[in-house]
Parts: sequence; C-alpha cells; structure tokens
Amino acid sequence: MVPLTHYLIFSAVLFSIGVLGVLIRRNAIVVFMCVEIMLNAVNVSLIAFDRYLNQHDGQIFSFMVMCVAAAEVSVGLAIVIALFRNKATVNLDEINLMKW
Amino acid sequence: MIAAPEIDLISLAPVLVLSVFTMLVMLIDLFVGKNKSVLVFVALTGLLLAAVSSFAKTDWPVSSFGGSYVVDHMSVFFTMIFCLSSGLAILLSVDYNKRENIRVGEYYSLIMFCTVGMIILASSTDLIMIFLGIEIVSLCLYVLAGIRRGDTRSNEAALKYFLLGAFATGFLLYGMTLLYGATGTTKLAGIAEALSHAEVLSQPILVMGVVLLIAGFGFKVASVPFHMWTPDVYQGAPTPVTAFMAVGPKAAAFAAFFRVFTTAMPELAPTWEVLLSIIAVTTMFVGNLGAIMQTNIKRLLAYSSISHAGYILIAIIAKGSLATSALLFYMLSYTFMTFGAFSIVILLGRAGKENLELEDYSGLGFKAPLLGLAMSVFLLSLGGLPPLAGFVAKFYIFQAALNEGYVILVVLAVLNSAISLYYYLKVIVFMYMKEPKGDFQISLTPITLIIIIIGLIGTVQLGLFPGPVISLAHP
Repeated sequence: MVPLTHYLIFSAVLFSIGVLGVLIRRNAIVVFMCVEIMLNAVNVSLIAFDRYLNQHDGQIFSFMVMCVAAAEVSVGLAIVIALFRNKATVNLDEINLMKW
Repeated sequence: MIAAPEIDLISLAPVLVLSVFTMLVMLIDLFVGKNKSVLVFVALTGLLLAAVSSFAKTDWPVSSFGGSYVVDHMSVFFTMIFCLSSGLAILLSVDYNKRENIRVGEYYSLIMFCTVGMIILASSTDLIMIFLGIEIVSLCLYVLAGIRRGDTRSNEAALKYFLLGAFATGFLLYGMTLLYGATGTTKLAGIAEALSHAEVLSQPILVMGVVLLIAGFGFKVASVPFHMWTPDVYQGAPTPVTAFMAVGPKAAAFAAFFRVFTTAMPELAPTWEVLLSIIAVTTMFVGNLGAIMQTNIKRLLAYSSISHAGYILIAIIAKGSLATSALLFYMLSYTFMTFGAFSIVILLGRAGKENLELEDYSGLGFKAPLLGLAMSVFLLSLGGLPPLAGFVAKFYIFQAALNEGYVILVVLAVLNSAISLYYYLKVIVFMYMKEPKGDFQISLTPITLIIIIIGLIGTVQLGLFPGPVISLAHP
C-alpha cells in the first residue's frame, strides 16, 4: 500500500502548481483553472486522510468541495463573459480601471 | 453503515424561513414586471420572520445535527445583526436601483441567499458547514458585485473579487483539510478534544493548517496582507452592495473566525496568537495609512473597513466571554455607522454621476446642514470619538484585551484610532470649510431618511446608553 505521505506530498505539489499558476499566469480563464487545480489538490489529500483514518468525513467533505467548485465555475465564467462583452479581453493586466 | 445524525429542523428555523422567502422573491419576480417594490416588501418580511424565528429555541446552547450546528447566544445575536444589515441593504437599494437602472429581481434574492449563508456561517460548529457557509456568502457576493453588467468597473470588481476569493478558498480548504488530517474530525468540539493530547498537538501539519486557515479567513475579513481586493471591489460594486459587504458578510466571517479559533484551537493559542497579533497591527496601520491617501469616498471607507478589521481581530486574540460580547457589540455598532455613512454617500449621487470624490462633498455642511451633521456623526463614530457608538465598541474590545494582558496591542490600537481621526476629519473639513463647487441635487426620499434616522439612533443610542445592549451581548 502506498503510504499516506506520498499522497500528501503529491497533493502539496499539485497545490503549489495551482498557486504558482494563479500568481504567474495573466489569462483570467487559466488563472481560474489553476484555482480548480488547487481545489482538486485539496480533494486528493482529503481522500487520502479519509482512507488513512478509515472514516467517511473526508469523502463527504470532498463531495462538498466538488459541488462548490461546480457552482463557482458557473458564476466565474458568467463574470468573465460579462467582462468580455464590455472590454473584449480576459488579460488581467488590462483589467486595471481601479488602482490604489 | 453510518448512523444518521438526529435532525432538528427547529434549530434551523431562521435558515429555513429565509430560504423559503428567498425562493418566493424569485418566484414573484417572474410576475411583477418592471416594478420591484413588492419584492422589497416580501424580502423584508422574510428577514423579519427569520429574526423572530431565531428565538424558536431558547434553552441555549442547543447543539444539533450531530454537533455540526449550534444555536447559542452568539449565533442568535449575529442572526439579528445579519437580518438588520440585510434589511438596511435592501432598503438602501430601492432608490439606488431605480436611479442606476438595476432592474433585476435576483438582486434581492441574492442578498437574502447571502444572509442564509451568513446565518449558517455564524451557527456552524463543523468545518464542512463553515466551508459551505463561506461559499454561499461568497458566491452571492461575486454576483452582487458585478450586478451592473454593462458597467466595466462593476465587471472588474466582480472578476477581481471572484479570482482572489476562489484563490483564498483554496487556502482555507487546504487548512481545513490539514486540520482534519491531524485531528481526525471536522467537528470543532472534536478538534479541541483531539488537540488536548500531546501526540496530536506535536504534528507539524497542524501548524501549517493553522497558517493556511488564517490566510483563508484573513482574506474573507479583509485583513493585511490579504486586503488587496477590498478597495477595488468596494469601489466598483454598487454602493448598497458595498455597504452590505462591509457589514454583513464581514461580521459572518468574523463569527466563524472567532468560533474556529477560540473553540477548536485554544490549545494552539500560543502559535496563532502571535501570528494574529502581527496581522492585527499591520492591518490597522495599512488600513489607516492607506485611507489617508484616498480621494474617493468609497475607497476611503474601504480602507477604513480594513482598519476596523484590525481592531476586531484583537477581540479574537483576547478570547474569553468578554471578548465575545465585545465582538458582538462592535459588529452591531459598526452596522449602524457604516450603513449611515453609505446612505449619505448614495444620497449625494445622481443618475450618471455618482459624486464619489471628496471634493464633491465641499460645502455640504452649509447647503444641507442636517445631512452634513449626520455624516459627521457617522464618521466621528467610525473614528471612535465619545460619546458615540464607535467609542464604546472600541473601548470594550480594548478592555477585553487589557484584561488578558495584551497591553502593547492595545497601545498600538489606540494610536491607530488617533491616526484614523485624521482622514475622517478630512471629510468633515471638506464639508464645512470648503466652498461648494456646484449645486447639490439631493432628493431625500422617505426610505433613505428612515435609514439615516435608524443609523443615527443606533449610533447615538449605543454610545450614550450602551448598557442594555451590552447586557444582551453578554452570555
């Protein structure tokens, strides 16, 4: 059996990839995808803990995370579309009407 | 096979009542056409009934759903604050939405759904429920911030809020996961119990979990260094939504923040106390120094709300029952002052020109003396001058912190309170000591008048006679 630490390290690496993506990428959609990677990294460690602790809370939690992520996608893409209609860009550097 | 937890719908009464009324609002919206005033009426009825139904259980604290939901002194008081702030936000929106041509009925149902989330957030004692509550609140706010679809600023505010909010959710969630992994449970009481064992307490992932939780919650309450979204979102969102965001959801996030840290992790207090103290102090300084440079009133109030988050964080650090009541009292008085100030900000705007620069306030004190006076009262109360509510609220938090021996923290907070007076007085200087630039076209409607009067009564009453409310806030 693969030990728990492997899963945790995998999840931490995945999470870091997501964080880096959010910080580096400038396309709103890609940034959003990186946020989803972060959430899925969390799901990996939730399931791993769940299995390791031999419980069900973690699995239930991960289902909730998936539901919320789906709801977030619908809201997020709607916002991006609303912005694109007015400005015809999804580049975060060009979305800068308000500063300081 | 898992045993199903007992289901106690009566303790969920405010949530259920409010959800039903929210759906009613959405349904009625289909039939009413352009005039949405009936929706306002239904929404306010729902909020009132929700506030009343939170007293369905009186033998506090009542724990239900296998220990994931609790009706106690704090959750009921917060439910009152939420219903009050949502009611004020809805009233504030009536004229604003007509003026700015926001003719969507979903606006009201979103505010109400958000309130449902806030009540869940303040009453949950389980990490899963707290996560769901935060997401219900946030998702509604993302949409509300961008509800003016044709306005690029509104779009931008929504997008920034959404991306950073989702980013912070990731951190919060990872923190919760690590906490769950280390303790083996998502219930706050269970976590506290598990942490009393030394072998659980010594796990390194626990510290990481706490740090990530602070990052996640810190974003939701707009504390430094997770405050960057606040001024932009507050500026771009429709003003009633801004007022709502500054009060209700922030109070809800603080309720959960307080509950998670003081009930689940008192054993870890030495770790998070230091971190939170640093965050509280930097939040106050960045908020106040940032506000000094602002020329836009909405951004100024945004930075002011950041600094207020710093003061409230002190209540979390202080823990204890005195801190609980100080937190409750602070949030209530903050509701009155903030809504009062924002109602006047809305009043000064007109279609196509929102008049949000400080210069637009020049001479308000002469042209409309009563409005100028009301605005001064709200600003001075936000700055914490006696005998107004803001002073008593701050005093109460500082008292709680002093009792626990956080002298340096309190000294720095008082210093910040003095700095904050600078920019609040700056607005007042504009109102009373500068020549008016143009003519004010103020159309004071009865609804706005009611909000200003409620704000004034609340601010003065809580300042002069805080006794009754303090005894209510005290467990």
